[in-house]
Amino acid sequence: MAAVATETPFHVLAVDDSLPDRKLIERLLKTSSFQVTTVDSGSKALEFLGIHHDSSTPISVQEDQLIYNQEVAVNLIITDYCMPGMTGYDLLKKIKESSSLRDIPVVIMSSENIPSRINRCLEEGADEFFLKPVRLSDMSKLKPHILKSRCKEHYNQQSDGKIDESSSTPTNSSSSSSSSSDNSNSRKRKAEGDAEILPKANRSRHS
Amino acid sequence: MAAAALREQLNALLSSMYASGLVDDQFQQLQMLQDDGGTPGFVAEVVTLFCDDADRIISELAALLEQPVVDFDKVDAYVHQLKGSSASVGAQKVKFTCMQFRELCQHKNRDGCIMALTLVRNEFYDLRNKFQTMLQVVPYVLKGPFDFQVFTGIVKMEHMLLKLKRIACPCFLLKFV
Repeated sequence: MAAVATETPFHVLAVDDSLPDRKLIERLLKTSSFQVTTVDSGSKALEFLGIHHDSSTPISVQEDQLIYNQEVAVNLIITDYCMPGMTGYDLLKKIKESSSLRDIPVVIMSSENIPSRINRCLEEGADEFFLKPVRLSDMSKLKPHILKSRCKEHYNQQSDGKIDESSSTPTNSSSSSSSSSDNSNSRKRKAEGDAEILPKANRSRHS
Repeated sequence: MAAAALREQLNALLSSMYASGLVDDQFQQLQMLQDDGGTPGFVAEVVTLFCDDADRIISELAALLEQPVVDFDKVDAYVHQLKGSSASVGAQKVKFTCMQFRELCQHKNRDGCIMALTLVRNEFYDLRNKFQTMLQVVPYVLKGPFDFQVFTGIVKMEHMLLKLKRIACPCFLLKFV
């Protein structure tokens, strides 16, 4: 029987160019027990995620920033659609093109109910589409996507090569053995445990 | 007790804001997100941010409409922003006037747009006045979680009555709000 100490809250990155909207989404997320980082553009979002948006390999400007980005796991990205420069759709595409980020669930928000826009986003891999203004009841839709992606990631880690064996997997760089004895734990608990010990696991580079 | 009188004043103000369609459901969402500590924190913050943002956008729009050749795409983009943020805080009238404004943008109707901007500005100023009054009174009214629950309870009840009013619309109901 493992006692569960306080779980690390899930971390959501919220992207919106409008300041009042950013304040609102931040408050909605915090009220729903998420840890929140907000940025005002797609390019800042990619920077925060550790990606230079001209390539898909993580490049960071400063040494300490690189370390910071790797220590901060992002469990879900929620972004406005209409933003100057990089739209939410462009950001979604960049995330899905990145081998390290593509498994992070992405939610798109828009004030306009345009079916072709919604379909395009969902086809590109968005997990959910929220019509603005976003409400408290929308927040309950987020956690299932996070848990689903963690289960998928856990399954990938297991099938790429057992997590217990650290050196035999060619592609999976995050399969260190910190929690090798956890067969009795539930998947969800294990994924969360990994996140505490190895934040990088959440953005593992398996393809 | 002064706080009770102020609370009554605040409730009257809020119910008139809902009754006149100045604010909608989304504003109630904001109230639900109020900090537990009873401080006005969140609502005050987001309302202030909205007002600053709206002020800025209205100035930009005025400047754009003064140009000899109006860039309607830019005008539309700003109006879209304002419509979005007003929807997010529940500023219903401002939102509706923005929607009308966008129609006029699409028709590239300069005079119409100038008129629409005047309407938006007037609605916004009216709303801002009410918000400012509200924010002045709120610190004295919200002293703790219990007060806050009473506060939202009253607002919710009044809001429900307003909804009934809109459906039934007979004049006699007005007396009860």
